[in-house]
Amino acid sequence: MIDDKKIILKITGLRLEGVRAGNVIVDDVDVTLHAGEVLGLIGESGAGKSTIGLSAMSYARAGVHIALGSIEIDGIDIRKLDASGRRGVRGRRIAYVAQSASAAFNPSHTIMDQVCEAPMIHGLMARDEAESWARHLFKSLDLPEPETFGNRYPHQASGGQLQRAMAAMAMSCRPDILVLDEPTTALDVTTQIEVLILLKSLIREYGTAALYITHDLAVVAQVADRIKVLRHGKEVEEGTVDGVLQAPTQDYTARLVAVRGAAASERADPTSVKPEVILKVDHIDAAYGSFKVVQDVSLDVRKGETVAVVGESGSGKSTLARIITGLLPPTAGTISFKGQVLPRSLAERSKNLKRTIQLVYQIPDVALNPRQTLLETIGRPVSFYFGQGGSNDVKPGEHQTIGETIGRPSSKYMGMSDAEVDTRTKELMDLVELPQAFLTRYPTELSGGQKQRVCVARALAANPDLIILDEPTSALDPLVAEEILKLLRRLQAELGLSYVLITHDLDVVHRIAHRTAVMLRGSFVAFDETERIFAGPYHPYTEKLITAVPVMRSDWLDEVLAKRKSAAAAA
Amino acid sequence: MKLLGHKPTRSAWFGLVVVGIFIFIAVFTPFLAPYPESANIGGTWDEPSGKMWLGADQIGRDMLTRIMYGSRMTIGVALAITSLSFLIGIVLGFLSAVMGGWVDMLLTRLVDVMLSIPGLIFALIILGVFGSSIPVLILTIAVLDSTRVFRLARALGMNLTVLEYVEAAKLRGEGTWWIIRREILPNASAPLVSEFGLRFCFNFLFIAGLSFLGLGIQPPYADLGGMVRENAAAINFGMMAPIYPATAIALLTVSVNLVVDWLLSIEARPSGAQAEM
Repeated sequence: MIDDKKIILKITGLRLEGVRAGNVIVDDVDVTLHAGEVLGLIGESGAGKSTIGLSAMSYARAGVHIALGSIEIDGIDIRKLDASGRRGVRGRRIAYVAQSASAAFNPSHTIMDQVCEAPMIHGLMARDEAESWARHLFKSLDLPEPETFGNRYPHQASGGQLQRAMAAMAMSCRPDILVLDEPTTALDVTTQIEVLILLKSLIREYGTAALYITHDLAVVAQVADRIKVLRHGKEVEEGTVDGVLQAPTQDYTARLVAVRGAAASERADPTSVKPEVILKVDHIDAAYGSFKVVQDVSLDVRKGETVAVVGESGSGKSTLARIITGLLPPTAGTISFKGQVLPRSLAERSKNLKRTIQLVYQIPDVALNPRQTLLETIGRPVSFYFGQGGSNDVKPGEHQTIGETIGRPSSKYMGMSDAEVDTRTKELMDLVELPQAFLTRYPTELSGGQKQRVCVARALAANPDLIILDEPTSALDPLVAEEILKLLRRLQAELGLSYVLITHDLDVVHRIAHRTAVMLRGSFVAFDETERIFAGPYHPYTEKLITAVPVMRSDWLDEVLAKRKSAAAAA
Repeated sequence: MKLLGHKPTRSAWFGLVVVGIFIFIAVFTPFLAPYPESANIGGTWDEPSGKMWLGADQIGRDMLTRIMYGSRMTIGVALAITSLSFLIGIVLGFLSAVMGGWVDMLLTRLVDVMLSIPGLIFALIILGVFGSSIPVLILTIAVLDSTRVFRLARALGMNLTVLEYVEAAKLRGEGTWWIIRREILPNASAPLVSEFGLRFCFNFLFIAGLSFLGLGIQPPYADLGGMVRENAAAINFGMMAPIYPATAIALLTVSVNLVVDWLLSIEARPSGAQAEM
């Protein structure tokens, strides 16, 4: 049993403080890790999980320092060691795998050089010995051409390969402990499952203990023995994986576990869809230079309908959004909006056409100008499209028909005075459930979910018919994402909006999309009612996408592996 | 005491105080100076006395008065040059970044050509042809200097135009000018302010250098670079005369740099700390 094994990492009473007084980042956290055991650290962003992971190596990021606590690796308190003593432990006894491997590799050295660096510096292996060990690791991590893979530079490997190469780098000194900081978060679901399988077998094979840091409970359930839930720098609860998943003792954990469970039964409301077709994309091709990114894509969106476009990164789904908005003119095919053919490029579209299609971005932090208050951010589109000052090419009355269909006639807003713009801005804040007092704030004074609400409000300010949602929830914590989805559904029901939802998250698609298109290498492989897409018979790629989504059970990954084995045996 | 929400360091305080004194003198010279700008008070290179605290210059004018007027002139001209150069550089640089395409191509190539000619030579040619009046001087150096501001502004603008809030403004249908003014400028202002200080120093030194060569600000106006040259011969007699204007140049340049260093350090470390190793 695990309890019989010796304790390899013991952190007691850990407290980290910000440089500014009174800012406590981690407060009184204990971590105990036995040899060969995997402990999952889970929590939303800002919960302090990465900070704890780094402090296991007695390292603190700029602006933070370790105030209290002892960090014992194999019985030695590394906080009491001097700098060179700590360097001797890092990499050798405890190694770190960062979230973004592409940012963690030095682009001007080969992967082999970087993987061999640590064992050579620590004087553990000679160069040729380190290289053969690295090749062995490449092989066990299933990297392509393990003999020559090390000669590549980081830009010659894909994201998933780099993440695995980084695991090889961490394993190069055969450490006792690995700190895995969101190792699969930046990867596609289909890549994530492969990396997960390999990480799990690597940890088992060498009996390495690990701290697995993630925000995704379903992912950690596959690899961890125990889970520690963190929130606001404090421990919420700790237990075995099955214990936490099946019988969480704390309310917060229960909500985290329930996010996916409750969602499973939820479906898009079919009554919100009207027969009128808002957007029709007809046999579109597009290219960046000579590289074709979108080929022969056709799509139609009805009023009040949500159409999802799913696919891996690089499948061309975000490019499709850029084509519809006019940022990237298509090379062939037409886009029509309410029966009217849209000019290809943004510059040729009238102000009113720009108004009717709005975009909500993935990362709210860069979608909002940090130097503008919410009043400016939300108020600007209102006064720009409807104010007296803006040079308006929309004549009052002309678009009454469009307006009538969206809650209120657009013409009502034409020629707004400054006071009316102000009132409308406040209305929009109410609509996205933000307090009006926030109007004087800057985006940095808001949380991630609040920022995304502001982005939605900015889109609504134009009184659009169609909103393109480009991964609207994937940068958010699960509970916050849930709130945003709820908001989007409510707005659709109240205002009769149509959505084009671009995402890789099949769970979200299942719940809010009326119809779904599956995109692979620039073309649709399937486009149908969401229910039918998920019910099968599947296109092989759709099946691959669906089966790659982690399920919140501890034995899901093992099941997938067993299925693959039997399939291979049958073949 | 805090400035801009941060506590200045000791060297920053020194810089701030010296720059403050220089600005105060430059603005109020006519009221502060003990004598008129070109009045002959004593003999050539008189020793400092109660009447003339820093002695007299090569034709017997009060050295302190001349330094005050000289600072006023040199600082004023350098400030005018830097402001004009930033106006040209920022507008064209941001335009280049936002519009891209042939506008960007044309402007960057033009700037490349100008940068390939050494600045001092370029200035000497222009001033030789058009003569050295103060407006010609300001315009010439401002245009030369704006190439460097253009480079910085374009680089900053390039980083900002790819951000999604700028794309959102483009999608909305905002004009180029609005995007430059409201989306880009406010987010580029911090590095531009520090650069303004540095470019002011360079221009200040450039003016002083040109005047030292006799092509800058012309007599009878006092200016610091010209004063060094006019009084240079005094060195042969072991007298201090050229040291005073030279010290004024050095003091102002170093002080502005100290302030800029501090401003840059605020930007560089918002969290105010280093990693705990």
